[in-house]
Amino acid sequence: MKNRLLYIMPLSVFLVLAAYFAIGLTKDPSILPSALIDKPVPEFSLPPIEGGPGKDFSSADLKGNGVSVVNVFASWCVPCRIEHPQITRLAGLKVATLYGLNFKDEPKAALKWLKQLGNPYAAIGADTKGRAAIDWGVYGIPETFIIDNGGVIRYKYVGPITARRLDRDILPIIKKLSR
Amino acid sequence: MTAEIGHFALVLALLIAVVQVTLPMIGAHRGNAAWMAVAKPAALVQFGLIALSFGCLMQLYVTSDFSVLNVVQNSHTAKPMIYKIAGVWANHEGSLLLWVLILTLFGSAVAAFGANLPPALKARVLSVQAMIAVGFYLFMLLTSNPFERVEVPPINGQDLNPLLQDFGLAIHPPMLYLGYVGFSMAFSFAIAALIEGRVDAAWARWVRPWTLAAWCFLTGGIALGSWWAYYELGWGGWWFWDPVENASFMPWLAGTALLHSSTVVEKRDTLKGWTILLAIVAFSLSLLGTFLVRSGVLTSVHTFATDPARGVFILGLLIVVIGGSLALFAWRAPALVSTGVFQPISREGALLLNNLIMATAAAAVLLGTLYPLLLDAIGGGKISVGAPFFNAVFIPLMMPMIAAMAVGPMLSWKRADLIPALSRLKAAAVVTAAAMFAAWAIMTDGPVMGVIGAGLATWLFAGTLIELAGRIRLFKVPLRESLSRLRRTPRASWGMTIAHLGVAVAITGITGAGSWQVESIQVMKPGDTVTVAGYDFTFDGARAGQGPNYSIISGTFRVSRNGEPVVTLEPEKRIYNVSKRPTTEAGIHTMISGDLYAVIGDKGEDGAYVTRLYFNPLVVWMWAGAIIMVSGGLISLTDRRHRIGAPARRRAQGPASVPQAAAAE
Repeated sequence: MKNRLLYIMPLSVFLVLAAYFAIGLTKDPSILPSALIDKPVPEFSLPPIEGGPGKDFSSADLKGNGVSVVNVFASWCVPCRIEHPQITRLAGLKVATLYGLNFKDEPKAALKWLKQLGNPYAAIGADTKGRAAIDWGVYGIPETFIIDNGGVIRYKYVGPITARRLDRDILPIIKKLSR
Repeated sequence: MTAEIGHFALVLALLIAVVQVTLPMIGAHRGNAAWMAVAKPAALVQFGLIALSFGCLMQLYVTSDFSVLNVVQNSHTAKPMIYKIAGVWANHEGSLLLWVLILTLFGSAVAAFGANLPPALKARVLSVQAMIAVGFYLFMLLTSNPFERVEVPPINGQDLNPLLQDFGLAIHPPMLYLGYVGFSMAFSFAIAALIEGRVDAAWARWVRPWTLAAWCFLTGGIALGSWWAYYELGWGGWWFWDPVENASFMPWLAGTALLHSSTVVEKRDTLKGWTILLAIVAFSLSLLGTFLVRSGVLTSVHTFATDPARGVFILGLLIVVIGGSLALFAWRAPALVSTGVFQPISREGALLLNNLIMATAAAAVLLGTLYPLLLDAIGGGKISVGAPFFNAVFIPLMMPMIAAMAVGPMLSWKRADLIPALSRLKAAAVVTAAAMFAAWAIMTDGPVMGVIGAGLATWLFAGTLIELAGRIRLFKVPLRESLSRLRRTPRASWGMTIAHLGVAVAITGITGAGSWQVESIQVMKPGDTVTVAGYDFTFDGARAGQGPNYSIISGTFRVSRNGEPVVTLEPEKRIYNVSKRPTTEAGIHTMISGDLYAVIGDKGEDGAYVTRLYFNPLVVWMWAGAIIMVSGGLISLTDRRHRIGAPARRRAQGPASVPQAAAAE
């Protein structure tokens, strides 16, 4: 009988591994946890894009004004162009205030981009040197942060936001935080 | 049209494979010879169809047909022809097609040359082979069709990842796949044996050449991959314990164990269940190696594609193949009767020790590779397991193994005495001590591992030679008789001796490059000189140039030693036109004592460049060791008992061959 168990062992080990694989498949390897999750937003104050519309964008905007979404983008970033329709859709739903962080961009190119594709942002901070982005822990754009009413970062996504990602992840989180 | 023919051939191959799974298996069960005989033409036709399909994809690449998605994503008209061809298998879909091409090639080889196999065993083996093929065909047709068209063909393609546009990497995947798929043969034989409930010497004799061939290809493939990493990645290293490297290394470890335990089954009719398990594990790890990196379960620099639909299919396939075979093993293997008994100190015991260490090493590598995944699954956060873990686990496991490797071949079958074997190794011990002292004297400040490595390599080399000398009774009988014994030594024994010597040579290289590497990273202006390990590297500046589909920045380093010019190194940095991705081409000068290795990096201010200069001692010994190991395997493969085949025939030929257990004397 003891011998019999020995022969079943390889199968059992494999089944345990397979279970782990199954769980592993449900996780997206591209989601990297941010060290800033559940931390207050970093202090920053950025001017609007040179020659562009709007006002300054600073950390004060993110406190006490309901749930906000901060989207890091640049005109030279191809995936940003891909996600732009979804970002626009998000702004249209009016469930959260959408801010833009224009990362290491030429003002002229950024303005042309906004003119061409539309400007869904309530305010855009021009981070021409990329210093504010360092404080935000940005390492590959596009990146999108969800911030609660108290100015605490609750969620971060790296990469272009697809329709599926918006419906399945982003909107439910915003809904939950708005309650 | 070509794409449709290729696609259609693939569908047809799937249907034939389904027939090959069912009819021969049922036929073997009922003893119906006609049904069993279906396997042979089915296997041959399957190979023909896949070869056609593969030819179609190659045609699409060669003619740069950008109406096919796969070609668009991985090719470009400006790409040199050899990389257009290699592009066929340098991507997810195409590499799967190559996989099944090799699988059906091996299947048709069994069908064509397996005339002396018992018909029922042959039918079952081919049926199991076809099961594997069905899984792969379905995977390709449902999730990874290489012949998918695009609606609006672009003017040009997106080009192949520049890191992969390299000769070493053009032939690396086919080598690896020949190895992986070779283990599928051992697997099919194992499953067939479990179904039949019989494992004997004849069975082991059939499994051995496949395992040996697979092992040779895998050894070559891994060495090639490591060589590529060495000259192309430009980090001065040759093994990074990257998940993809591990994925090819784990089947190698299991396959090496299988190679040794199948000898025991063949000679001594024991360790049967264990050998079957190793055959299943070696192929399971090959499957894992093929899939793990593609499913998105693990991410790594090498990963071709991450796609959830594929991941689910792959997991399903793994559960059916691995889980199914292990369940069969749990059910049927206890019935396998072993007749041979042996003492712990014996050839069998030594081979079992090898098996246990190899299996433990494979398990440790598997654990290290999967640990990040396991931890993440239970919400433990994202981590990565790197070289320190693997080195800490793997090296201590290998040390007793290498030490025992010199002793094992001297032990006789069944029961042996350790003392006489060890006393024969006195000379080896003396040489080893001398080598360790020399290593310590030359590299006094080096790590202690360097001295240990030098000792192990010498011990194994000397021990293997002493074993050979003992086998031919050198200096014990007249030289003429020794030479005649040397001539009559079976090639399988030669193979063992040569492969073990190869391991010793490779360890020398690993020790040198691993322990005594000298590295120097700095910013250099033209005219600057940096001294690395006694070699003066003078930077003569860099210039720009053009390749076929990339632009080049090429630096010039004049290397001299004590004022004597040695060589001029010209490392390059290439920027590929389409993807804008850079690659490094290290400037390497290989000497027996070590490699001079120069890499040119980014341009700084006023014409200065970041440069990385290395002296990698003895690194060429590592590749040489791998080549020697592979030659040992190939020589063993030509042993007459593999050429003659079935033991029944061998008996008919009379007792002409030298008894294998010659070392027992």
